[in-house]
Parts: sequence; structure tokens; C-alpha cells
Amino acid sequence: MKFDYAPAPESRSIVSIKPKYGHFIDGKFVAGRKHFPAINPATEEILSQIALAGVAEVDAAVKAARKAYTITWSKMSGRERGKYLFRIARIMQERSREFAVLETLDNGKPIRESRDVDIPLAAAHFFYHAGWADKLEYAGLGTSTKPHGVAGQIIPWNFPLLMLAWKVAPALATGNTVVLKPAENTSLTALLFAEVCQQAELPAGVVNIVTGNGSTGALIVNHPGIDKIAFTGSTEVGKIIARAVAPTQKSVTLELGGKAANIIFEDAAIDEAIEGIVNGVFFNQGHVCCAGSRLILQESVADEVIEKLKRRMGLIRVGDPMDKNTDLGAINSKEQLLKIRELSATGDTEGAQRWSAPCDLPKKGFWFAPTIFTGVTQAHRIAREEIFGPVLSVLTFRTPQEAIDKANNTPFGLSAGIWSEKGSRILWASQQLRAGVIWSNTFNKFDPTSPFGGYKESGWGREGGRHGLSAYLKGVGHE
Amino acid sequence: MSFYGLVDGSDASLRTYLNALSGVDQIGADARASMLATRSIKTASKRWAIDMAISMVDLTTLEGADTPGKVQALCTKAVRPDPTDSTVPSVGAVCVYNDMVGVARKHLDLIGGSHVGVAAVSTAFPSGRASMPVKIQDTADALNAGASEIDMVIDRGAFLSGDYITVFNEIVQIRELCGDRAHLKVIFETGELVTYDNVRKASFLAMAAGADFIKTSTGKVAPAATAPVVLVMLEAVRDFYSMTQTRIGVKPAGGIRNTKDAIKQLVLVNETAGPAWLTPSLFRIGASALLNDLLMQRMKMDNGYYASPAYVTID
Repeated sequence: MKFDYAPAPESRSIVSIKPKYGHFIDGKFVAGRKHFPAINPATEEILSQIALAGVAEVDAAVKAARKAYTITWSKMSGRERGKYLFRIARIMQERSREFAVLETLDNGKPIRESRDVDIPLAAAHFFYHAGWADKLEYAGLGTSTKPHGVAGQIIPWNFPLLMLAWKVAPALATGNTVVLKPAENTSLTALLFAEVCQQAELPAGVVNIVTGNGSTGALIVNHPGIDKIAFTGSTEVGKIIARAVAPTQKSVTLELGGKAANIIFEDAAIDEAIEGIVNGVFFNQGHVCCAGSRLILQESVADEVIEKLKRRMGLIRVGDPMDKNTDLGAINSKEQLLKIRELSATGDTEGAQRWSAPCDLPKKGFWFAPTIFTGVTQAHRIAREEIFGPVLSVLTFRTPQEAIDKANNTPFGLSAGIWSEKGSRILWASQQLRAGVIWSNTFNKFDPTSPFGGYKESGWGREGGRHGLSAYLKGVGHE
Repeated sequence: MSFYGLVDGSDASLRTYLNALSGVDQIGADARASMLATRSIKTASKRWAIDMAISMVDLTTLEGADTPGKVQALCTKAVRPDPTDSTVPSVGAVCVYNDMVGVARKHLDLIGGSHVGVAAVSTAFPSGRASMPVKIQDTADALNAGASEIDMVIDRGAFLSGDYITVFNEIVQIRELCGDRAHLKVIFETGELVTYDNVRKASFLAMAAGADFIKTSTGKVAPAATAPVVLVMLEAVRDFYSMTQTRIGVKPAGGIRNTKDAIKQLVLVNETAGPAWLTPSLFRIGASALLNDLLMQRMKMDNGYYASPAYVTID
């Protein structure tokens, strides 16, 4: 019998989206001069007009941040700063449905994920760092730590609010003030967060949010009034930023791309490994820097795993991100869709076998069916370059050492997964893998207490946990 | 017996077969089950699921205080769950102790319920602690009284001590006794097996031994039919089908008390074993209180308001 799930759409009535937004500078919303559209990637509907910050706006934001740092925030006790962070965290929880709906409309991710992952984790980051604000002396980072001052923060479009939380919460907890630029395609939840800052009565200028594109980001990176740069995004842009700040006194942390190996040993719990593969690469449409986009399979179980994986991929519900039963939403933008298509096409031309789950993709919006390539080797572009979409490259190995060698044979090193029921093998493999985050028998698990960051070209520094605090303190971080 | 060519009936072959099974990661299985529990089933799909669930209920009374009167009342309810609405389907079967089988069969036939099965719990239910001749006689009594389904318990003591061949042989003997007369459901009492690895092992053991259905629990031990346990069993029947082209049924029993729980079970079936299992011949829900909640929700969907509990019959 066929069990069709009737549409179960989340209501969007809880959010009111203004037709046009400005910037949030010195505690107030100020009108922008030029604007560009915010597009719902699932429908191509124009949601709002977002302001494009230029020299004047970035300058005003940096000045406001400096003033707030000098006059209030650096003078305030950790306990008081912590109160504001707790307040922000609570308001985010109270308004979580609003945030979730807005995130899904603006980003295209399924409401199930924004509701169950993005928003609760964002609030958790504020709660966690609120707790640190008055205990910095006990973080093992020295007893006379000092904030940098004004932090310029540039975040990506894949987890808009969550990446904001990763950046803003530790910066404020350690006593820095912030100029934040959300990604061009996903500014709306950051602007709602600005409202939360007002609601929490955060002192003016402690958090400033300017919207815009790469040119705005460059203004922040190169602004002489900024002491610290924190960036999450592509390795390509990360390198530009590293070059830009190299001859300056700015401190910098970079959270860049990845091409994570998800290694399945023959003694893995296969059914749960299948879930881990799916979660690893299809979570958030594969728009995840730490996505397990290279499946490295032991040959003895390869056929079984691929057969089960294909069957499981057939169950992924692709479609309306606002439907509570949707598993895979829209690709965030047309440009990203074209990039995924282009890189996938090289998989075909270079001789890998493509298989996509049969599913009806909506006519409007940007969509890509969950796809795997088998017969992939280390020499394929799809095994080396970050696709940042729902595309999995499958490679095989014969011995544990070969798995490790293949996993490490990449300029990236953000994350890796190990699937085995044998504890000693997990410990051995995790010591060999050159990646900042290693999951065993799970994947894409995030927690504010756990430091996150990359080896090699996947980034500098860590975010989250005690280690993440050091990035916002003078003399202990990556300077 | 051929045991699908999977084992030859020897202890060694049974161990080889069971040792080849992949483990179950408990955290991963729990996570998958709780993700599937977030499926939002509304409107037409909810209405469909309610009727499907009703037709899958094994309406159960397993009390020391059972009497012919009680069992007859249960049978009447099983055939026409809502006396005011003939569109409500009959349940799958009634489930009783073996001394009540004759009463149930006779009454069902009398009231036009010959399509409703009679399931007898058997083999020294619920503990399974008796000699094999006693278990065989227990089953034979039920079959002779007209049981169309035998719900046997496994010897959990033997299973937990690693004596799998004893468990296997008991199932084989009861299977032979049932012959063509009755479907065999094998109850694991998963609350006593505890680990998901054991649940998977018991599932594959019972299927190779000839079970038509694998069933979670007696209803006498908690926890019973938790979602991850049912998930592991549904994965087992799915994989067993890949190996043998034979579909084995699954019956969760115990702890499924309301419509929401029942629909979650159907979602588990749909997204694990697959839609082919969405039929009373391959999925049953052992329950007593559940039926009335399904009827209440059905009325709510048809009428737009909750009726007083007085509009659903007690049995």
C-alpha cells in the first residue's frame, strides 16, 4: 500500500518581512543607499531588498564598535556581559519559530533542520559563551587575557544564524565588539538578530551588522580600525583575506572549505553507517564545509553499502523546504546550482558513474537531486574539489592504511568520519587522520563545547569550546 | 527443513549465520527512530493511516481474570469496532490465552467475524519457562481449538546464555506443529534481550527457523515495542527479503496506546521495510487500549470535534 504524506507546511505568518532593510549601526537601523534582492531559493520569490554597505557604512559601523568598546563594553565586568548574552540566548529561544521560518524562507533549507538544528544550536552557543564571560581567567588561557577590540566577522550563507552565533557569542563573551557582515544571499536572520540585540537592550554599538556582497567584506577586512578578522567561507576567499591581513597587525581566524573522508570499515554497523553517510553529505543540501563528501568504503562491503545507500537515498524527501516532512531543500542560489552542475559534469566526463535518486524536482527554484558517483578515484576532480552540494563521491580501499592515505590525500583537512564497531581501530584511525574534527560512528554532530576548525587549507584557529575563546583574546590565539 | 538454505540446522551453521550479522549502533538507531518520529502526518494521510492501523490491531486480552463473557465482548468489538459506523474495518485478530481460543473462534464465527483471526499466546507464555513437551502440548491445544495464529515466546534464558540452537530448535518444532493450520509469530521479549544487537540476532534466528512474524514483546515486560527496537526488526525483515525473497511480518506489542504512537509505527514501516509491509498480513500491532483512541481520532476527523468518550464502547 502507498502511504502518501499529505503536505504539512509550516505557517509563515509568524514572520513579518519588511520590503526593504537597512544596516544596524550603533544600536539603530539606518537606511541603506543601494539595495539588492533577497531571494527565496525554493520559489525564486523576492522576499525583500537588502542594503549594500559601502565605505561610509562600514566606516560608521567600525566607529560605533570602537566607541562601544572603549566606553562601555571593555569596562564592563564579565558578569554583566554574561547577563546580556544570557538574555540574547533566551530571546532567541523564545523567538525560535520566527527564526526557523525566516531561515528556511531565505536559505532554502528544510524547516525540520532550521527548527531542530540551526536555531537551537545558535541559542546554545549564546548560552555556552554567556557562561564563560565571567570565568575567562579559569579557561586555562592565562589570568590576564585581554580582548582584541573590534572584531570584523564575515559569515557564509549555509548556516546564516548559526554562523552568526559562532562568531558573535565568543566575541562578546571575551569583551570584543563586533562588525558583522552576513552573506549576500542570506541576510534576513542576521537582521532579525539585530532586533533581538535591541530587545535585549545590548549597549549601542556592541553589535553592528552591515549587509552587502564581497566588496563590503573586503572593506571590513581592509579597514584599519579593525583588530581581528574572523571569516567562514571558501578557501579561495580565505587566501585573499590571509594575504590582505598578512602585512597588518590584525589577528585572524579562518574557517574554510573541506572535502571530508567518511571511512566505512567492513566491521561497521552498516545500517547506521548508511544513515551517517546520508546525514554526512545530504544534510543541509550538502552546503556544509565539513560535509562527508568523499565516501571511502572498504571493498569487502562496498556492494552491500552502495545498494543500501541507493535504497535509502530513494527515501529522501526533496521539495518544499517549508514542509515539515522535507529532508532535502533547495540549493541556496542559482550560482551555486551552476557550480554543482559544472563539477558534477566533470564526474561524467572523467568516467565516474552517476546515480541520482528518482525524485520530482519543483519547476521553480534551484534544485539538485541527491546524487552519488561510484568508480571515483583520487585523480577525479570530484574527489578533490569541494562541490558544496548533495553530491557524494565513492572511493574504495583494501587495507586500513590505504583508507587513511586516501583520506589524507587532499589539501583540505576539516573533518573526517570513521565507522567501525572496533574501538581500537577507531582510535588508531583518528590518530592518523589529519582533520580538525573526527567523528566516529556519527557525523555532522555539533556542540558549542567542542572546538571546530581545520588542518591545512581548511583554516586557521578553532571556534567553540575553550579553544575558540582564545581566538578572541590577545596573546593566546592565532595572531 | 531447508531453512531457506541459510543454515543446515547444526549449532555450527547457526553460529556462522548469526556471527555474519553486522552490529547495531545504539545511538545511531535511536537517532534514526527519533528522526522518523518527527514526520507530520495530517489530513487525508492521517485518515488513511487510522483505518490501516485499525485493520492491523491484534485486539488483546491476556488476563488471569479473562472469562468467556469478556472474550466474547472483545470479539464483538473486533468485528465491528464502532457499532454506529460500518465503514470502520475489522481488526486483524483477537489475541487470547489458549483456553479462550475455542470461545473466541466460536463467537467470531457466530457474529459474522470469520475473517477475523484468533491468535493464541503459547509455549508457556509469557515467561517461556517450561519443558518442550509442555510447550508443544500448549500449542497443540490452541491449534485444536481453532487458533489461526500462534504467538510463541522464545526461551530468553537460553538466548542470553548463548544457547541459540535451543531457541532455534524450539521455533522449528512449533513451526512444524503449526503446519498449514496457523501463522507463527515469534515473541522475543525485547525488554529482556535489552541490546539492539540481540534484537537483530533474534530476528534473523527466528526468521531462518520459520517464523511468519517476529514480535517484540509479551506486553508483560517494560520496555516493550520502542521505536528503535521496531526499527531494527523492520531492517531485519527488509534484509531477509533481499536474501530470500520472503517477506516476514512484524508485530510490535506493548506500549502503543494512542493514535500518534500507531502512526509513528506506520511511518517506521513505510520508511524502513517499505510500503509492501503496509498490510495486516505483514504488520500487526498488539494492543488493547489503542483501538478506542483510533476510533476517537477517526470520529474527530469525520465530525470535526472530539466526541465524549461515552461514544466509544468499553469492552
